[in-house]
Amino acid sequence: MGEFVQLVVDGLSTGSVYAAIALAIVLVHSATGLVNFAQGGMAVLAAYVAWVLTNQSVPLVVAVLASIVFSFVLGAVVERYLMRRFERGDPDTAVVVTIGLLTLITGIAGWLWSYNNQQFPSLFPLDTVSFLGVSISIRSIGTTLSIVAVMIVLQLLFVRTKLGLALRAVAINPQSAAFSGLPVERLLMVGWGLAAVLGAVAGALVAPQLTLTPGMLDNALVYALAAVILGGLTSPVGVVIAAWMIGVLENLAAVYVPFIGHDLKIAVPFILLFVVLVVRPQGLFGRKTVVRV
Amino acid sequence: MTLLELEDVTASYGPVQVLDGVTLSVPENGAVGILGANGAGKTTTLRAISGTVRAGGRIVFDGKDIRGMRPDQVAAQGIAHVPEGRGTLGDLTVRENLMVGAYLRKDRKGIDEDVDYCLDLFPNLRERITSNASALSGGEQQMLAVSRGIMSKPRLMLLDEASLGLAPSTAKNVYDAIRRLRVESGIAMLVVEQNANLAFTLVDTATVLETGRNALTGSSAELKGMDEIRRAYLGG
Repeated sequence: MGEFVQLVVDGLSTGSVYAAIALAIVLVHSATGLVNFAQGGMAVLAAYVAWVLTNQSVPLVVAVLASIVFSFVLGAVVERYLMRRFERGDPDTAVVVTIGLLTLITGIAGWLWSYNNQQFPSLFPLDTVSFLGVSISIRSIGTTLSIVAVMIVLQLLFVRTKLGLALRAVAINPQSAAFSGLPVERLLMVGWGLAAVLGAVAGALVAPQLTLTPGMLDNALVYALAAVILGGLTSPVGVVIAAWMIGVLENLAAVYVPFIGHDLKIAVPFILLFVVLVVRPQGLFGRKTVVRV
Repeated sequence: MTLLELEDVTASYGPVQVLDGVTLSVPENGAVGILGANGAGKTTTLRAISGTVRAGGRIVFDGKDIRGMRPDQVAAQGIAHVPEGRGTLGDLTVRENLMVGAYLRKDRKGIDEDVDYCLDLFPNLRERITSNASALSGGEQQMLAVSRGIMSKPRLMLLDEASLGLAPSTAKNVYDAIRRLRVESGIAMLVVEQNANLAFTLVDTATVLETGRNALTGSSAELKGMDEIRRAYLGG
C-alpha cells in the first residue's frame, strides 16, 4: 500500500511537469494554430539561466524568478522576430521552424555549458512526510501543488481579466479581434511569453531530479505531446488530467507489470494514445471542430 | 462636415486589381450605401478603410490620413468594422463578445450603459447573454456583431452585408434596429448591401460600384427612380 501511494504521488509529480509543458503547447496552439516543438528547449534554457545565477550565489528563488522573466522575454522575442514570419504561411513550415529552433537551442546550451550533467538545487526539501502511515516525498507534493497553483492563476487570468479575454479573442479570430482595436501582434507576443513562463516553471521543478543537461526535457516533451493529443488540443483541463494519467500510469506499469519494467515504461503512454486516437480522435476531453455554414 | 473621404482608392489581391479608383465621402451623422454586383469591390472598399487590405489613393477620416494603418489602429480612430460573415467570437459568451468590443474603453459606467443599450436594441440577445456566440442563430449573431461595433463607441460604422443569409423578416428586424441606432446615436454609417431595397431604408445616398469603380452616385430617391438600378438591384 505504501509503495502504491508513493508511486501515485511521484507519478502526479512527474505528470505535473508534463502538464506544464503540455499547457504551454496548448496555449501557443490556441493562439497561433502551431505546435511549438521548441517549448521544452526554451524551458531548458530558462533552467540554465537560473543555474548560472545560483552559481553566482543568487538565492535560488530569486534565480528562478529571474529565469521566469527571462523566459517571458524570450518567448515574446521568438514570436516577434522568428515565428511571425511564418505564422501566416504554411503551418507545416512553421512547425519545422520550431523543430529547428529546438535543435538550435539545445546546441547553444551544449556549447555554452557542455553536455555534462549539472546539479540543480531543489526548491523543496528532500525529506519525506508521513501521511496515514505512508511516507511521501515533499518534493513530489511540492511539484504537484506548484503546478496546480500555476494552473489556477492561468485560469483566473484567462477568465477574469481583460488581458485574458483579449488573448482568447485573438486566439479565436485575430482579424475580427483587431476590428475592436485589440493589438493582435502584441497579444501574440504575450501569449508566447506566457507559454515560455510555463516551460520555465516546469524546468525549474524538474531539473533537480533529472539533473540539468541540454536534452533534459526531450522525453518530457514527448510525454507532453502525448498528453496534448490525449487530453485534446482544445481543453487545458483535459490536457492536465491526461498528463497526470500518463505520469501515474508509467510509474505503476513499470513496477506492477513485470514485462514492462523501467525499460519499456516509455511505451505506456503511447499505447494509451494509440487506443484513444482510434476510439476518440478529438482526444478524451477535446471538442470536434464543427464548421457552421 | 465630411467625416470619411475616399479619393481614387485602389487595392488588389495579388495580381488581381479589385479597386480601380473608388471615390466617396460620408458626412458626419450620414449614412452612405455601396451597391453593386458580386466582385464589384464593395467588401474590399470596407477592408481598405479598416486596414485589412493594402490600399492606394487617399483615405482620410476626421481630417487624418488613415491609409496604411493597422486594423487595430483604425479601430482606435473610432471606426467599427462589422465584417461580412459577422466575425463573432464563437467560443466567447455574448457578454464577453460585447466586452471585447469595449476593449479600448476605460469608462466602466459608460460600458455598462452601452451593454444595456445593445440589449434594449436587440432584446433577443438579453436572454442569450451567457450563451456562447456559436450557439446563436444567424440573426442573433448579426445582432451581436452590430452590438460589438456599438460597444467600441465608434463615430463611423462599416456594415458589410448585415442581411446575408438571414430570413427576410429577420433581415428587416436587423435593419429596423440599425436605423434606430442611427437616429439615436448619430453614428455615421457606410453600408454594403446586396439587398438594395433594405439598403435604401437606411442610407441617404449611395454609390454603385462596377468592376472596382464608381458607376453612379446619387441620393436614395434618385437611384431608386432609375430604371437600370431597378432592373439590376431592386428586382424589376
